[in-house]
Amino acid sequence: MNLRDAEPATVARRVGDVILAVEGVSLAFGGVKALTDVSFDVREHEVRAIIGPNGAGKSSMLNVINGVYRPQAGQITYRGTKRSAMEPHIAARAGIARTFQSLALFKGMSVLDNMLAGRTLLMKSNIFLQALRIGPALAEETEHRKRVEDIIDFLEIQHVRKTPVGRLPYGLQKRVDLGRALAAEPKVLLLDEPMAGMNVEEKQDMCRFILDVNDEFGTTIVLIEHDMGVVMDLSDRVVVLDYGRKIADGTPDEVRANQAVIDAYLGVKH
Amino acid sequence: MIYREAGQFKTTYASDQQLFPILQDRVFVIGFLVFAFGVMPFIGTEYLFRAILVPFLILSLAALGLNILVGYCGQVSLGTGGFMAIGAYAAYNLAVRVPDLNLIVIFLLAGACSTVVGALFGIPSLRIKGFYLAVATLAAQFFIDWMFARIKWFTHDSPSGNVSAPPLQVFGFPIESPEAKYLFVLAFVCVFALVARNLARGAIGRAWMATRDMDVAAEVIGIRPMAAKLSAFAVSSFFVGVAGALWAFVYLGSWEPLAFDVNRSFQLLFMIIIGGLGSILGSFLGAAFIVVLPLVLNQVPGWLGVHMSTATVSHVEAMVFGALIVFFLIVEPRGLARLWAIGKEKLRLWPFPH
Repeated sequence: MNLRDAEPATVARRVGDVILAVEGVSLAFGGVKALTDVSFDVREHEVRAIIGPNGAGKSSMLNVINGVYRPQAGQITYRGTKRSAMEPHIAARAGIARTFQSLALFKGMSVLDNMLAGRTLLMKSNIFLQALRIGPALAEETEHRKRVEDIIDFLEIQHVRKTPVGRLPYGLQKRVDLGRALAAEPKVLLLDEPMAGMNVEEKQDMCRFILDVNDEFGTTIVLIEHDMGVVMDLSDRVVVLDYGRKIADGTPDEVRANQAVIDAYLGVKH
Repeated sequence: MIYREAGQFKTTYASDQQLFPILQDRVFVIGFLVFAFGVMPFIGTEYLFRAILVPFLILSLAALGLNILVGYCGQVSLGTGGFMAIGAYAAYNLAVRVPDLNLIVIFLLAGACSTVVGALFGIPSLRIKGFYLAVATLAAQFFIDWMFARIKWFTHDSPSGNVSAPPLQVFGFPIESPEAKYLFVLAFVCVFALVARNLARGAIGRAWMATRDMDVAAEVIGIRPMAAKLSAFAVSSFFVGVAGALWAFVYLGSWEPLAFDVNRSFQLLFMIIIGGLGSILGSFLGAAFIVVLPLVLNQVPGWLGVHMSTATVSHVEAMVFGALIVFFLIVEPRGLARLWAIGKEKLRLWPFPH
């Protein structure tokens, strides 16, 4: 059952206008076409899923949205500003945060430091104040620590806050990755397979965190996931990619019934 | 049991974020500083100050600077000797050409010169990494060696680039006696160690470590690689430049460019690898290992009553020293600082099994 079906009134109120739109995006690496003419939009406060078989171009799509890759064609409109390509620091400044499929945490740093690093853009004091750790620099460290502790409480990782991330088990590292993204107080959160390699309990926890983030902070979420149960339960709308092309777009139920999607996942009889 | 933080509750984030959150650490550090400043000058011998403590402290400062770059920001540099030379010759030129400049100001300005040159030679790090960057910084080393040997303006037209420091004094106090030199250097090193620690645990230190650990993710959360890498080169070169000026003025007295050749760069790199990359304490432990241990090894045959020729002693010393480096790197690749941390972990329970 779709969790969203139980409360259609909230959904209607929650979801706002289009906050992010990609139009006609094409991306190629040499002769390999990762994305071909992909267009879709993301509405404010919604949970938008991108699904597709392996190699469909899902991660490439996220990398285009936050500026790690530059598409050869197409446009990205984010909060009214149209660009032919994003830059990572522009995306970060404008409130787009992301997590990574293969964990990209700062392994030598503690959980606290990883999350505080996520707030880099919100910190203002200059190098000389930091060197002496006086006045604004000291106040800032304490203030941001307070905010980060709220996120640590939210994700239930208090017991490991001072442990170097490299020593944590995989499930907790995934949580820290989410926490680092949340620390930046993003408007749009890109999650690249947040549940890959997890067992059922860990997936349930992660689903709960994602729904809570969406409900409590109103964060717009763009999600890549392979677990169909998770996708159908969490998301408001789903984009389906196959071989770099969009083959379907709509609510989970529409997508599930779409013949092209069934063909892409199950194959076609020849 | 000895090193147990049970019962030390923190009620504010500020108290949890202080320099040494654990009481035992605070007591130990304060006691150590009192000893170093208050007791050592009275009990030390001239040999101890001149041959051991002053060079140890100055090279610790240089190692600290290099550790910021290599250990915290992950950018390998083989140009440290060159940046020390910049500091030394900048201090010399300031002292000779600008009359009546305060010695501390001279050293800080010398560090600033080194900062500019260091940031300049850090630019290749924006495009290349690892071994390739190491080779690029080696170019800095050779270029700087050449510059001070060949461009006469820097050395005041002295042949072969050999120059001497003027008499040292700060606020009217002469820094000539071994004790005075020791205290002067110690004060510098303490202040710089505190600054390094503050930077390392602040926002800029996190930006350095993030760039070191995962540069793509760092960029995605808004840390600009250019700012992080160049600031690491700049701060590191500042430390190294001040250390170079101290080395030349306080330890050597008169020097030539050869004092800062590529061997110095390697020596400093070995110090931080053995001491512990990305650790303030490790810089000191590594410097102690490289500077002090050979001197101790040299004395061992005498203590044991074994008669050897001086040549044999120095050969044995080199062999034992090399073997010890290999031994420590096998036992703990992350350096002496890591061994120290493991020791502290063990002391939480010792002498009880659990």
